[in-house]
Amino acid sequence: MRKDIHCTVNGMEREFNVDVRSSLLEMLRGEEHAHSVKKGCEVGECGACTVLIDGRPFVSCIYLAIWAEGKDIMTSEGLVDKNGKLSDIQEAFISEGAVQCGFCTPGFIMSAIPIINADRKYSRDEIKKWIAGNFCRCTGYQKIVDAIEKTQEKRLREKGLLK
Amino acid sequence: MAVTHDTHSGNRKIIGSSVDRVDARAKVTGSAAYAEDLMPEKYLTAMVLHSTVAHANVVKIDISKALEVKGVVDIVTCFDVPDLPFPTAGHPWSTEKKHQDIADRLLLNRHVRFYGDDIAAVVAENDIACKHALKLIEVEYEELPHVFDAQEAAQDGAPLIHPERTDTNVLVHSSYDVGDYDEAIKEPGLVKIERNYQTPIVQHCHIEGVNSFAYEEQGKMVCVSSTQIPHIVRRVCSQATGLPMGDIRIIKPYIGGGFGNKQDVLTEPLNIFLSKRLGGRCVKLFYTREEVFVSTRVRHAMNFRLTSWVRKDGTFAARKVLVYSNQGAYASHAHALAANAVNAYRMMYPYSAIHGDAYTVYTNLPTAGAMRAYGIPQIGFALESHIDDICDEMGFDRIEFRLKNMMKIGYRDPQTTITCHSTGLAECIRKGAEFSDFLRKQKTYGKGQTGPVRRGIGMGIFCYKTGVYPISLETSACRMVLNQDGSIQLQMGATEIGQGADTVFAQMAAEELGFSFNRVHILSTQDTDVTPFDTGAYASRQTYVSGMAVKKTARKMKSEILAYASTMIHKDPGDLDIEDDMVVHVGSREPLIAVSEVAMEACYSLTNSKHIAAEETHHCTDNTYSFGVCFAEVEVDIPMAQIQVLNIVNVHDSGTIINTKTASGQVHGGMSMGLGYALSERIIIDEKTGRVLNNNLLDYKLMTSMDTPELHDLFVETDDPTGPFGNKSLGEPPVIPVAPAIRNAVKNATGVAIDANPLYPERLFHAFKEAGLIGE
Ligand code: FES
Ligand code: FES
Repeated sequence: MRKDIHCTVNGMEREFNVDVRSSLLEMLRGEEHAHSVKKGCEVGECGACTVLIDGRPFVSCIYLAIWAEGKDIMTSEGLVDKNGKLSDIQEAFISEGAVQCGFCTPGFIMSAIPIINADRKYSRDEIKKWIAGNFCRCTGYQKIVDAIEKTQEKRLREKGLLK
Repeated sequence: MAVTHDTHSGNRKIIGSSVDRVDARAKVTGSAAYAEDLMPEKYLTAMVLHSTVAHANVVKIDISKALEVKGVVDIVTCFDVPDLPFPTAGHPWSTEKKHQDIADRLLLNRHVRFYGDDIAAVVAENDIACKHALKLIEVEYEELPHVFDAQEAAQDGAPLIHPERTDTNVLVHSSYDVGDYDEAIKEPGLVKIERNYQTPIVQHCHIEGVNSFAYEEQGKMVCVSSTQIPHIVRRVCSQATGLPMGDIRIIKPYIGGGFGNKQDVLTEPLNIFLSKRLGGRCVKLFYTREEVFVSTRVRHAMNFRLTSWVRKDGTFAARKVLVYSNQGAYASHAHALAANAVNAYRMMYPYSAIHGDAYTVYTNLPTAGAMRAYGIPQIGFALESHIDDICDEMGFDRIEFRLKNMMKIGYRDPQTTITCHSTGLAECIRKGAEFSDFLRKQKTYGKGQTGPVRRGIGMGIFCYKTGVYPISLETSACRMVLNQDGSIQLQMGATEIGQGADTVFAQMAAEELGFSFNRVHILSTQDTDVTPFDTGAYASRQTYVSGMAVKKTARKMKSEILAYASTMIHKDPGDLDIEDDMVVHVGSREPLIAVSEVAMEACYSLTNSKHIAAEETHHCTDNTYSFGVCFAEVEVDIPMAQIQVLNIVNVHDSGTIINTKTASGQVHGGMSMGLGYALSERIIIDEKTGRVLNNNLLDYKLMTSMDTPELHDLFVETDDPTGPFGNKSLGEPPVIPVAPAIRNAVKNATGVAIDANPLYPERLFHAFKEAGLIGE
């Protein structure tokens, strides 16, 4: 059975016709060609497929496409502005050396968004806890935590919440 | 062209900097294309049926019900595949028969040798039909007795796993002698220390699975694969399918990690075979995470017996190693790992009589292959645990004992001839000890502690080769093409697998050419129809072997550019050099003409058009050792059987560091993998059936961010005379010393020696209980 789904993906209104059994991951990769959404396990274990749904991170492989009706979905592609300028968190992943094979990277970036948007500082331990649902086999997480920490500090400074 | 290493590193601009990765931007936006991202719109899905018994002959397969499933296009069984046994190891092919990899499997196997063996494949129009059809295939087995333990499998009378090859499960038994062990142990006054150590089966757990898809294009079979070794994959696909090598084209895009699992030929031959049967229609063969755990490759479990004869003055008179390496069902990289392990045993502490014995044995378990550091994490755990056991028993200082006995500069290994051209190990140890406050802490910790929570500090050292010479061929080619704007295209046969190879190659090219970094464009994709030859990413070889190919090619390229420039500015090419993208006078460094101007003229000149390009091969005939140490401090909660790592530092001598940022990232990743090896990672096998019970990322305990302490990495830079820029191996080594350092720290804390990793709570509990630290 197929169904029409209306949702927003990276700020654009979209309509998809999906198999009711398909996951949001399949819809985003197959229909939207959002290739930043990676498939590492397809059973909710690795976090590589993490996207934001109404601002909150979810693993899209175990989220049915039909549940996306009316939702606002964001992937790493959507963090780049219309002139191709990367967001601060993406820049930080690059400059801190948080990217190696890169397969986990977009998932981590999406998981980090609520932290960098927050109005308070998360400690390194809190950051580690927040991203614990995402696996990385290459980096040992250290530089990923560095990138998130630097970006949240930058944002807090911009908001005048940190000296 | 002879290329020598110049030791004048003083005016380097790009080598040793921390430039950002060349591929990072593409990876943070999602534009970097991995295998799945390159799939065409229309394709068929293939899935493999794996055996549900550990050892059997397939008597019959009934596919009639499965064929009726709507959407099923083709079903192939082990009765339909060509009788062409093929090897899978990512080794350069040996033209000498006796050194060739063992060819012991078919595309699908009638003789099932482990729980998870490949026996049939379904091709369907969609995943759901494919999965459904798999369930409807009926297999009749004639079961055979199985054997899972390597020592048992080596005995006479054990069930034979490859009777078509030999009448024993021992693939290879090798041994060596340095000096006369039996004579050496007669020296009066020696203390004999002998212990057994065991390491587990673990899996690579690259976050991208094992993926390929294949189709025909212009009479050729094309396979896009997530592999570390495209040129080797092409050769093996030819051996497995009977197609000529020139009729096969392998494309390697960005890959989501490999760690050695993809230094093996995995889905590609069957994938090509399935597509070919269907007239070249595009077929994808992606393994699920569960299949990756069981039906690709794992790290060899090894059982060691180490025997040391030690003098009262803290030197060795004689040493002996015996190892049984559990190969699992198919040969894959086979004995190369056990051999590597016993060689490293010799090399690390080489100054005494040494006897080595290594057995690699088939069992009915998942196939073991290459994994980061290729047998050395295994011997590293055993050997460095053993060194602490010797020190504890005989009262030696753990640092002094190692410093006294470890490999020194100038050592030339008698078996392999590999020579220690540079070593910063003593300095690494000093630096790490200071960072971790080892000397003070080992005194405060240790024996005196009482109470349920105790602290300890431990260490482990290692040496690691750089590449595979002289065991195997080391060869690499590089190509550079000058663009009209004076930038270059850099093409490598060597592969980027996440380790940062492309970035360091671009740095090397820019440095050697006198270009700015952003004037070098590296092609990340390898395509065997286009890319120069290289055997691929393994053995931490690429910066050393392929790096030299970059250096040679850059020198040639530069002389071509200067030769052309000299015709434009009427100067002797010998008086010219390139600096900051300008042709300059070699002495005064006065800028004479921009490379971009030379490039434009060379391309479009009406009188002297020349396409400037260069290609060179580096056939490497040397090797060198890198070194390092890990210091780990732990807190052990005895009743809870929990270990908390309080502080951990790896210090590495990998020669000159090409990129400080990516080098540090390699160390972190290796430390993380080492922590998993030390504390939690192991494949659990059902003793009755041989089935892997934890083939998923929840039950297999990988390190998460929360489990990972702050990781500290330090370097001692040496300038190795054989490395293209003074550099030595770095990619694999950081994983090696972590597990023994933690094991030794736990022993320092509790006095309990745990001789098998990982140190997971249940194992700790039993060990503490046995030692009387936990009451009944
Ligand atoms: S692919 Fe979704 S969590 Fe792994
Ligand atoms: S960068 Fe490779 S898995 Fe994270």
